[in-house]
Amino acid sequence: MNIVVLVKQVPDSGAERSLRTDDNTIDRGSANNVINEMDEYAIEEALRIREAHGGEITILTVGPDKAAESIRKALSMGPDKAVHVLDDAMHGSCAPATSAVIAAALGTLSPDLILCGSESTDGRVQVMPHMLAERLGIAALTGARKLVVDGATLTIERQTEEGYEVVTAATPAVVSVWDTINEPRYPSFKGIMEAKKKPVQTLSLADLGIPTGTVGFAGATSQVVEHSKRPARSAGTKVPDDGTGGVQLVEFLAAEKFV
Amino acid sequence: MAEVLVVVEQSAGAVKKVTLELLTLAREIGTPVAVVLGGPGAAAPLMDKLGEYGAAKVFTAEHDDLDGYLVAPKAAVLAQLIRDTRPGAVLLAATQEGKEIAGRLAVKLDNGLLTDAVAVSADGVATQVVFAGSTIVKSRVTRGLPLVAVRPNSVTPVATPASPEVVALDVSVPEQAKLARVVDRVAEAKGARPELTEASVVVSGGRGVGSAENFAIVEELADLLGGAVGASRAATDSGFYPHQFQVGQTGKTVSPQLYVAVGISGAIQHRAGMQTSKTIVVVNKDAEAPIFELADFGVVGDLNKVVPQAIEEIRKRR
Ligand SMILES: Cc1cc2nc3c(=O)[nH]c(=O)nc-3n(C[C@H](O)[C@H](O)[C@H](O)COP(=O)(O)OP(=O)(O)OC[C@H]3O[C@@H](n4cnc5c(N)ncnc54)[C@H](O)[C@@H]3O)c2cc1C
Ligand SMILES: Nc1ncnc2c1ncn2[C@@H]1O[C@H](COP(=O)(O)O)[C@@H](O)[C@H]1O
Repeated sequence: MNIVVLVKQVPDSGAERSLRTDDNTIDRGSANNVINEMDEYAIEEALRIREAHGGEITILTVGPDKAAESIRKALSMGPDKAVHVLDDAMHGSCAPATSAVIAAALGTLSPDLILCGSESTDGRVQVMPHMLAERLGIAALTGARKLVVDGATLTIERQTEEGYEVVTAATPAVVSVWDTINEPRYPSFKGIMEAKKKPVQTLSLADLGIPTGTVGFAGATSQVVEHSKRPARSAGTKVPDDGTGGVQLVEFLAAEKFV
Repeated sequence: MAEVLVVVEQSAGAVKKVTLELLTLAREIGTPVAVVLGGPGAAAPLMDKLGEYGAAKVFTAEHDDLDGYLVAPKAAVLAQLIRDTRPGAVLLAATQEGKEIAGRLAVKLDNGLLTDAVAVSADGVATQVVFAGSTIVKSRVTRGLPLVAVRPNSVTPVATPASPEVVALDVSVPEQAKLARVVDRVAEAKGARPELTEASVVVSGGRGVGSAENFAIVEELADLLGGAVGASRAATDSGFYPHQFQVGQTGKTVSPQLYVAVGISGAIQHRAGMQTSKTIVVVNKDAEAPIFELADFGVVGDLNKVVPQAIEEIRKRR
């Protein structure tokens, strides 16, 4: 099975993140950039499928220079090769434009299965798999907490508010996963050494036949008008439990009309 | 005023609260028009509620295909409706399904989209709170109409009775939209508690709760307050509580009137999911826990003493 895993580099969600004051884009320069956590689960799922069914795994990333570090890290978990779409004209791209670029890159790889995270921790948009499915005319099975591959048939369990749905489609398809699907492995020392030699193909927008005017700020379909730091919540009352902490808590709730 | 299309979400034959919020918001920026998409008979049980909350018109699209596949058929029908009626804006819920539909509409209509808005103004500018609640962003769609997915609990729903005109749509779903087939829907017991993202009170437990058994006190407090139960990732990863109740960066985003955090330290990824709650109450034995920075009221103490005492006190006051 020919598998492509979509990996996005994002600023570490555990650290302070901000938008640039000049152009309202994510400040990646000062941030500690990491693999979008959810994508590690997609990589792990791909590795398990390759172990069970054979095949080849390609990492696909659309992102700036720095994203190369995340690509090596992803490769150290075990995938075979990577494609990095790198073009300065991408800066400021909206989700629909990014999806067009990813779709074009996928076109050069003809995968049977495209795996990705359910959402990215920076944008939290959760739209990429369905945008890709729409552009490529293939199925999207999203929000998988379990994936079963049986020949050319894919079946997932998708968590819903009421329980879960069982959804099935034929390959080629894009499947997005939640962090409940598996436990990603840590790269081994051998994996880290091997990753250094694995092929990474860099493609520009011109290579993909995408006019630069359709991406970046020029091609954006939405625009950040302004941004500001949200005022910090002013801390309220903090009482040590002197044996009446529970009662005091209820008194507060009652004063606020919750009890 | 231009029509504002509201995509209705339902659960077990009832209109979800977030849809009532969207109708309320739509009324502020235009004329609210609801659209129900589902299997045959899906619309009838929803009509009264949609009218009560001011829908001037309700489009109904009913077909087995709308129920039997993941979002693609709904997106196909909506795209056609939007092309035909040219509304002033389209509002969806920022739920998994709402965002997925919005993503497909953006591609089909070559239109921008904004997700997770907490407010939308009449000129189509959406407000979003990003980066674990630290940053407020105002954005607008610059290509096409405002296509916005709005977070549950961002608006207080207000009833304004109307008698909607009902327009049944002719539904034909293209084969291309029937690729991801739903073969089964399995209900998992969640009891009588409100849905986590819609609840006006959420009581969450963290690693400090200590065990799955001890989550009973979190549940009991939630039930007394009429709330939903949430959990931190440390609690779900430790198997204290099921994953679907996780609040935070990689879980649900909640924005209730009252959030009670019990035995939760307040890591940035947890705060990402609850920071916009109106009132925050904390019980934690560590006075330095960062969660206290958010608390309107906090007790520094052992949750195994404080929570049972609070439960008893609420009972007494009944
Ligand atoms: C990419 C990424 C995504 C993440 N997503 C999420 C997410 O969606 N949601 C989430 O919650 N976390 C998330 N995390 C994890 C997050 O970083 C924290 O590890 C987690 O929130 C900690 O949970 P906790 O507060 O329950 O546990 P801890 O940090 O261990 O805190 C336990 C608290 O309980 C208190 N306590 C202990 N015993 C008692 C007692 N008897 N009485 C009173 N207080 C007591 C302690 O003082 C302590 O403050 C994510 C992490 C990463 C890297
Ligand atoms: N620039 C990108 N490069 C590669 N993969 C991406 C990119 N943006 C999004 N993705 C993938 O799409 C998933 C969902 O992202 P999003 O829709 O942005 O929340 C992520 O988890 C990634 O797997």
